[in-house]
Amino acid sequence: MPRKSETTRKLEDVGIDIDGEVDSEDEEPRPRGRANNRRQAAGRKGKKAAASEDDEDEEEEEAPRNRRTANKKKAGKARVSEEESEDEAPKRRRGGNKKKATKAQDSDADSEEDEKPNKRNKRGATNKKQKEEQNNKEKKGDAKGKGKGKDKDNEKDKKKKKDNSSSDSNTDSEEEESMSEGEMARLMEEVEEKKKLIANIRNKPWRMKRRLTLLKEAQLFVDKFEGALGKGKGRKLYAYKVMMMKKWIKFQRDFENFKTACIPWERKIKEVESHFGSSVASYFIFLRWMYGMNLVLFSLTFGLVVIPEVLMGLPYGSIPRKTVPRPEQPTAMDYSVLMDFNGYCKYSVLFYGYYNNQRTIGFLKFRLPLSYLMVGIGTFGYSLMVVIRTMAKNADVGGGDGEDGEFTFAWKMFTSWDYLIGNSETADNKYASITTSFKESIVDEQENQKDENIHLRRFLRVLANFLITCSLGGSGYLIYFVVKRSQEFANMDDLGWYEKNEVEIIMSLLGLVCPMLFETIAELEDYHPRIALKWQLGRIFALFLGNLYTFLLALFDEVNAKLEEEKSIKNASIWFMNEYYANFTAMNPNNTEATPPPVDPSDVIRGPCWETQVGIEFVKLTVSDIQVTYLTILIGDFLRAVIVRFLNYCWCWDLEAGFPSYGEFDISGNVLGLVFNQGMIWMGAFYAPGLVGINVLRLLTSMYYQCWAVMSCNVPHERVFKASKSNNFYMGLLLLILFLSLLPVVYTIMSLPPSFDCGPFSGKDRMFDVIMETIDLDLPAFMGTLFGYVANPGLIIPAVLLMVLAIYYLNSVSEAYKNSNMELKKKMQMARDEEKNRRNNKDSTNQVMKDLEDLLPNRSLAPPAPPEEKTENKPDQGGKAPKVKPGTAGNGVNFQKEVSLASANPNARGAVTRPPGPRGPGPLPGNNAGPGPGRGRGRGQPPRS
Amino acid sequence: MGNKQTVFTAQQLDAYQDNPFRQRIAEVFSEDGEGNMTLDDFLDMFSVLSEMAPRDLKAYYAFKIYDFNNDDFICKADLEKTLNKLTRNELTEDEVRMVCEKVIDEADLDNDGRLSLEDFQHMIVRAPDFLSTFHIRI
Repeated sequence: MPRKSETTRKLEDVGIDIDGEVDSEDEEPRPRGRANNRRQAAGRKGKKAAASEDDEDEEEEEAPRNRRTANKKKAGKARVSEEESEDEAPKRRRGGNKKKATKAQDSDADSEEDEKPNKRNKRGATNKKQKEEQNNKEKKGDAKGKGKGKDKDNEKDKKKKKDNSSSDSNTDSEEEESMSEGEMARLMEEVEEKKKLIANIRNKPWRMKRRLTLLKEAQLFVDKFEGALGKGKGRKLYAYKVMMMKKWIKFQRDFENFKTACIPWERKIKEVESHFGSSVASYFIFLRWMYGMNLVLFSLTFGLVVIPEVLMGLPYGSIPRKTVPRPEQPTAMDYSVLMDFNGYCKYSVLFYGYYNNQRTIGFLKFRLPLSYLMVGIGTFGYSLMVVIRTMAKNADVGGGDGEDGEFTFAWKMFTSWDYLIGNSETADNKYASITTSFKESIVDEQENQKDENIHLRRFLRVLANFLITCSLGGSGYLIYFVVKRSQEFANMDDLGWYEKNEVEIIMSLLGLVCPMLFETIAELEDYHPRIALKWQLGRIFALFLGNLYTFLLALFDEVNAKLEEEKSIKNASIWFMNEYYANFTAMNPNNTEATPPPVDPSDVIRGPCWETQVGIEFVKLTVSDIQVTYLTILIGDFLRAVIVRFLNYCWCWDLEAGFPSYGEFDISGNVLGLVFNQGMIWMGAFYAPGLVGINVLRLLTSMYYQCWAVMSCNVPHERVFKASKSNNFYMGLLLLILFLSLLPVVYTIMSLPPSFDCGPFSGKDRMFDVIMETIDLDLPAFMGTLFGYVANPGLIIPAVLLMVLAIYYLNSVSEAYKNSNMELKKKMQMARDEEKNRRNNKDSTNQVMKDLEDLLPNRSLAPPAPPEEKTENKPDQGGKAPKVKPGTAGNGVNFQKEVSLASANPNARGAVTRPPGPRGPGPLPGNNAGPGPGRGRGRGQPPRS
Repeated sequence: MGNKQTVFTAQQLDAYQDNPFRQRIAEVFSEDGEGNMTLDDFLDMFSVLSEMAPRDLKAYYAFKIYDFNNDDFICKADLEKTLNKLTRNELTEDEVRMVCEKVIDEADLDNDGRLSLEDFQHMIVRAPDFLSTFHIRI
């Protein structure tokens, strides 16, 4: 075995958990050591033993000495051996046994280090007993640590064996001979106890010195007698198991880390959270969630619609719908195409119109039209499912706003610093996050403490709501009015610039003014910022619904107009075809087979294809929204921050503290922007499959961009508040928008006729006819009848009824649970109060507590300690004597047990007198060093409090 | 010898320089109370801060670490010191005072206006992440 530095050795002894494995090499020397023992036992001469291997520490010497008190004749020899121990090491080293030499050195070093007044050693001996009793009491509690610690320590025994066992081997050998069965059993019992101690030693609240002493004693004992009892098999397996256990723990830890590392942007978000509070972070978490959902939608759309079309569909230019019409061709490659999505963009896979109505494409017979419809419906289905599932899960997790823990501040104070942090950047973030979380809790607490005039507050809140309802109603009417007017304007000519853009101007003005107005009015209410945010979100949401309304209205007008136009074009093209075929048959009467007219696909008369138009509208809207958002951030936050920061050097007033200052992160605006944007995506995705791709890109960039902007240009809110644990309010808004955007899409699918010459459903009466067609043609006949039954109103109405009943039932059940939950909470609160009031339980019965109390330095270090020690130690020693000679004294173990049972308390107090560490006389210098932290844990000066 | 570590690298030691209580930890574990540790003290420290150490032991030493003036009670002055270390003096006086009052209010079972070891343990054993944060891995 390679030499170990002393540090390592010690570390092992103490059981510090250095991520290492138990090296099995340690096993090897063991048999040799045992052989040694045996040899000595056979030799049976104390002299020889002393000369050969005795290198005990002084403290370890204690135990043997006790034994010797009973066994007087050996004492002399042992003492000789002690004296000789210094010489032993070199001698053995000469012997060439490298390993032993190492050991010897170790223990020598130990003994030098441990040189202390003799009293100390004595105490060590006494403690052996105390500790055993404690061990007995504690072993149940420590059962867990035992398993792990045990074999490791066992291994250590083996290593130690050579050092320790030899000195007593002569005594042992004699005893062994005269051991009877009963003694054997007792011995075994005791060995077990020792082993337990060894296993638990690292869990003991003792100082290192004491631990080492006890450990060595115990090991010595176990080694000595275990060998005699012929035990100790299967250690290798045990060691292996422990090793595997450690590896497994380490693996789990690494795996956890890996899992955390796999969460995208977790670091970024945590960083934002630590500086700006959980409320701002909640926006980013929401953004990340949104990104995930859109990624799924994206893969659905692209995997099932776009890519099959690109791979297997007809190529560009083959048919009219896939070709840019001739009049548009000169401008089809203009740069402006990227802005308004005409030209080549319009006739590409990005839009509905490009897809052909062939039932199957490619050699795979991929049913593209069916797939298109299914993806359109599946987008909504998936989104609904995900949103609702997330909401349910969030409600499950916390639901509660804030936490109602009993020790909020105390825990924050004492457990928030993570001692594992070992990176200055992380540490900075941690400081920031601790500060932020304290601020959040302070805000909550202030809110709780606010003694308010309830009547005034109520009046103000009613007033505020009234004002806001008024302004909402006013802006709603304004929108309605303006839209009406614009419809009138639409029929007039020669309009001015204002008349043309009236709706947009009014809308953006409202969007600018109203949120600020709401915020001002909300000051009246004086809600907790978290609740205020919800109100603000709800109000702005209501306002934005007006936006949506006008947009949809305009869109439907356009669609209706397009439908009219289409009708005439359809007639025209049908007429053209008829003419053509009439001419064709007239010219070639023999050839009845009609060939398509020899017109270039780009010249064919075609309809306006309203679906593509709608898709373009949505894409344009999304793109302009992205531009506006990004520019706002760039100008409103970045530029402002730059100006404030650098112009501040040469300005009349303090820009940073004064008027412009830095921007705050606008949570409500950003969340609503995200929600409405998603609504646009849902509505538009059916008409423009490429829209989802654009949105994914947008979310991705906006994650990085906004994180950067927040970290570099914004300042935290004045009152950092804790976001509610669940993002359910955001999710609720999203759900609402989802329903709202579901309606128009379903309406168009179910009731508007698709364009006759573009898109996958061209030539059908309604889009969903594709499904009927598939059922009729592709599925076996009985499926058709089955669908017929399922669609029967007689079946649907009972099903709906059943669902309503189920909802009612589940609702009432959850209500009942909620009530009982509240009841339990109340009870817990009561119990807590009671506990707080009951302060008579000073005298704890918990042994561990007592043990720890014993550690209190003022008691252990108090000047009267030494005499106390002596007085207490005496009885202990008396109790110990029989125990150390288990072989000869038949009832030694019993006696010892009696003592331990009878004097549980004195013994516990005995531990009091023992300072936690080897610091008997030590503290004095510390005390002299003066007051303040320098005094260390010295007990000393009366508290300052 | 497998991956058992025998030497501390400079980085590893540096890594723990960010702990706001580092000085205090050294003081608590050192025998002379001034932060000069012997090997035994050092081992003591790591054994307490290891994952294997029992909760009560950790709680006891945590108590000592937060008891800045060594009077065996965590009083308001200790709390303020702790808080200022944790937040790098970023809270206002009022906030600090309020937090300290709240802490005492929450955890003080015997209403003596300061936290005894018993109060502290009662509070800390219920903390969900005390065990996970109060340890050091090498």
